[in-house]
Amino acid sequence: MSEIADAVLSIEHLGVSLPKGADRPHALSDVSLSIASNEILCVVGESGSGKSMMANAIMRLLPNEVRIDSGRMVFEGRDLCAASVAEMRQVRGAGIAMIFQEPMTALNPLRTIGDQIAEMFSIHTKLSKPEISAKVLALLEDVRIPDPKVAAKAYPHELSGGQRQRAMIAMALALDPKLLIADEPTTALDVTTQAQILKLIRDLQQRRKTAVLFITHDFGVVAEIADRVVVMQHGVVVEQGAAAQVLNDPRQPYTKQLIAAVPPLKAPPARIISGKNILTISGVSKTYRTGGFLGRGARVTPAVQDVSLYLPRGATLGIVGESGSGKSTLARCIVRLIDPETGSIVLGGKDWAKLTREEFRRETRHIQMVFQDPFASLNPRRKAAELVAQGPIVHGTPRAEAIAEAKELFALVGLDPSSADRFPHEFSGGQRQRIGLARALALKPDVLVADEPVSALDVSVQAQVLKLLAGLRQQLGLSIIFITHDLRVAAQICDLVAVMKDGAVVEQGLAAEVFGNPQHPYTQALLAAIPGGKFAREHATATV
Amino acid sequence: MDALKRYFRSPAAVAGLILLLVVIAMAASASFLYPRDPLALAGRPLIWPFSNPRFLLGTDNSGRDIAAQIFYGARISLLIGGVATAIAILIGILVGAFAGYYGGWVDNVLMRITEAFQTLPNFVLLLVLVAVFGSTLTTVTIAVGVVSWPVPARLTRAEFLSLRNREFVQAGRTLGMKDLQLILGEILPNAMPPVIVYASVVMAVAILLESALAFLRLSDPNVASWGNLIGLGRDVLRVQWYVSAIPGIAILVTVLAVSLVGQGLNDALNPRLKSR
Amino acid sequence: MRILGLAGRRLAASIPTLILILIGVFLLLQLAPGDTVDALMAQMGGGDAATARELRKFYGLDLSVPVQLGNYLWRLIRLDLGFSSIYGKPVATVILERLPPTILLMTASLSFAFFFGLLFGVIAARGVNRWPDTLISTLGLIFYATPSFWFGLMAIVVFSIYLQWLPAGGFQDIGTVQTGIWGVIDIAKHLVLPTLTLGLIFLAIYLRIMRASMLEVLNLDYVRTARAKGLDETRVVTRHVLRNALLPMVTLIGLQAGTMLGGSVVVESVFSLPGLGRLAYESVVQRDLNTLLGIVFVSALLVIVVNFIVDLLYARLDPRIAAEG
Repeated sequence: MSEIADAVLSIEHLGVSLPKGADRPHALSDVSLSIASNEILCVVGESGSGKSMMANAIMRLLPNEVRIDSGRMVFEGRDLCAASVAEMRQVRGAGIAMIFQEPMTALNPLRTIGDQIAEMFSIHTKLSKPEISAKVLALLEDVRIPDPKVAAKAYPHELSGGQRQRAMIAMALALDPKLLIADEPTTALDVTTQAQILKLIRDLQQRRKTAVLFITHDFGVVAEIADRVVVMQHGVVVEQGAAAQVLNDPRQPYTKQLIAAVPPLKAPPARIISGKNILTISGVSKTYRTGGFLGRGARVTPAVQDVSLYLPRGATLGIVGESGSGKSTLARCIVRLIDPETGSIVLGGKDWAKLTREEFRRETRHIQMVFQDPFASLNPRRKAAELVAQGPIVHGTPRAEAIAEAKELFALVGLDPSSADRFPHEFSGGQRQRIGLARALALKPDVLVADEPVSALDVSVQAQVLKLLAGLRQQLGLSIIFITHDLRVAAQICDLVAVMKDGAVVEQGLAAEVFGNPQHPYTQALLAAIPGGKFAREHATATV
Repeated sequence: MDALKRYFRSPAAVAGLILLLVVIAMAASASFLYPRDPLALAGRPLIWPFSNPRFLLGTDNSGRDIAAQIFYGARISLLIGGVATAIAILIGILVGAFAGYYGGWVDNVLMRITEAFQTLPNFVLLLVLVAVFGSTLTTVTIAVGVVSWPVPARLTRAEFLSLRNREFVQAGRTLGMKDLQLILGEILPNAMPPVIVYASVVMAVAILLESALAFLRLSDPNVASWGNLIGLGRDVLRVQWYVSAIPGIAILVTVLAVSLVGQGLNDALNPRLKSR
Repeated sequence: MRILGLAGRRLAASIPTLILILIGVFLLLQLAPGDTVDALMAQMGGGDAATARELRKFYGLDLSVPVQLGNYLWRLIRLDLGFSSIYGKPVATVILERLPPTILLMTASLSFAFFFGLLFGVIAARGVNRWPDTLISTLGLIFYATPSFWFGLMAIVVFSIYLQWLPAGGFQDIGTVQTGIWGVIDIAKHLVLPTLTLGLIFLAIYLRIMRASMLEVLNLDYVRTARAKGLDETRVVTRHVLRNALLPMVTLIGLQAGTMLGGSVVVESVFSLPGLGRLAYESVVQRDLNTLLGIVFVSALLVIVVNFIVDLLYARLDPRIAAEG
């Protein structure tokens, strides 16, 4: 299947069994692949595909009760499946190194960065202390951390997410391993930071001729960085081949379907937008004050600064930005989960920013919200129908009637009405998000505020939910404010886009214009940072 | 249902439950098995256990049946433990819920009071309360409850703090729910499991506190309590050590049973922890 | 320096708590049947109403409650805790005499519980669900359920009465007053059983929390990182797990300082140690409310001091704390 002459690692018919009671007997079955030196092999798959399990299997760091039960993993002429614990310890760090998704939790919070990198040398080499410190500084310089001397003395919480990941990479590369395993190393990072880290990995790989096994769920990242691709589903390798071939000419139906679900950056044809605005936001600001005792040492963070936006009736306004840009705070100001300090939010002739809590509670059915996390946004102790019916019941609809209406809504959002008596944990992530949508729609709102409604979902599910949202918008004449960090998603569904940075809107306009001809340098940087280049812009797709 | 199944899969939890049921059975059958007043003179003083079939566990310094006192003592321990726990959990949930939900100055004031209760050693406060209000069954029970609420309050507050900004609570707010609806309907049911589990700790401590008080002869002298008996046995410790030893074992078994049930509940309600 | 400032601020924040306690307990004691004068008169073997009135005036007990409270707090600022009619000495003197045995007992018990709790917790977590873990966890549960006064009595029966290895009570041998090193050994011998008795329940609590937090930390991402680096299990534990797992236990010491002080009331009574706890008990029995209030003040102060030390320790262990300042 994969005949590579100078393979650094070759995995042959690897099987990994799960403990009894898991959702399937095998985490991996009959997985065969190999990595040549000096190449980046991307393993891509949705959640539950077994891609991370494979990374842990290679390091022999599987959770308790999860076992390798068949196959071989040959690294430097030695079968890792049969290696002793002591032999594995020599391979780990020195022969094969690993970086993880969340650098904050992957670093020990109580020890300095320099100390943790130095540990690599003290375990595997006999270098003296001064030699080690010199090496640590050189490494930190190599991963281009600003001011390596300071960074070496810093604790993980004192660095930014991108810097922490750079430190992780420095640590992994300390002993010039033959193979670097990167398990979703950029998933927790903002898009601009992600672009920098991807570039860094690419550069270091080329300079050091390291083989990289790169695990990701994002086809954009694959297009950006991969030499070869392995596609996995349910613990099985579906397809593998050169990156260009798999991306542009996938052979297997599953791969085709996955790639079709990736939203391209190209906006669909523009829709006609009404001239009348349903919602007008002007001069809204919100400042957070944290810490401080009697006013001393208090930190003031302007979360939203003087934001003015308008939403035409029936249109969808996308608010995009990276973490900390204030987009979620703005969304919560609009539905008054947070009270804005200044400015007005005018809907149906009333200034919602000025309503008292009690007035707002009565008027709240005009504006509803869909939340990000499909697991946290549903009360685990209520049945699905009850969750959807809650809003109407609060506003005076008799219970039986509200439950009956809820079941109708189930059909509307593409759920089986007979599943209405189940509890949230019995639904999948995508289904939960549909319940959340039904709950918001139960009050027949004029405006829907959707806060990252698809970011927690797998790409194929994401496409389905976006499609549903677009359909409902047409059918019910909804006006939507759509918050997202993913410009590709915004391009698919939004008529208008506003780009936020540090609490302020830096650019706004028609989606096609903002994405096609960005004016502000920050928007340009954001667009340039989207991984995948030409692939991201132009690949064949199922349009929303 | 799943939780129930998980509970019965743990041998320790089942053992705890059986022990607890035995203690409850003892309490329930006390007046049936020993219709006479357990504090009345029954026979010769200081009969060793198992030497006289009429007094299986022997008699104490003043000739009262130890077995009868153990059975009636189960009643007192469970009663004081149960009621004091109910009081402590109720106060704790009220204080914790308001502090955690409203935050700001409400939280500040309530937490200062909680801190005051925690800074003052609870047994010292118990002594003060007994000194002021006397040592009847009612006052002792209330006093034990009053010194035990701070930890449940902190626990409830912590749960409320983390839950009140959870997305499903925010969703409830955007649906137009009132504060009370959010507190009672959305947050409290989700905040309860750790508090219920902690109730077992409160109950264990309450039983120990009362027995210590009784041992110091500061609890109600007119009821048959295990602590009283241990205190009494202290006078004859050199030779007839069994007078103190037997009720001590009763306390140990009861507290152990309560702890095991609590731990079993914890593992059953938080399966994530058990799998480790 | 920064850490000291942080802990200092926490210390300052506990002043209102202290005042709250004093006001609360002062008002509570007003409800008590009988006052100092009643206790005094009882001790003198009775007296007429005129004497009582005279005495009440002398002690300022004829004033209104708020004024009395004000007077009390004002005297407190000058470290005057009032006068104990039972002991015929200022309360401050009585308490100071009784403080050393209690502090010694608490320090010894805490060290014992902390050291063995840590050790057993680590052993249990390293062999989770195997026999050392089962044994340690079971013993922990039993220790937790053992009433300390009962354990003390049984220890006396075994070690003092049958084996005659250790003294049954007291702080020092009364018969022959020892000096120098022999005196220290004498006191140490008297403190062995009380230390075990008081420390037992805390040993159980610490080992349980240590075991749980070890297991928790062992599952964290950075431990996986440490293993991926090629560290052996011993070094994973000593370098990456132990210090992190210690944090909850350190927090617990602060939270339970009060409980431990409360426990010393019972233990000191069992072993007739002339400490603060026994004084508390005696003043309740003898209705010496002035002394009781003084004890409340001093024990709250002790708890606050312990928490201050714990704060310092915690900040030394966890660099994230200083950053939050």
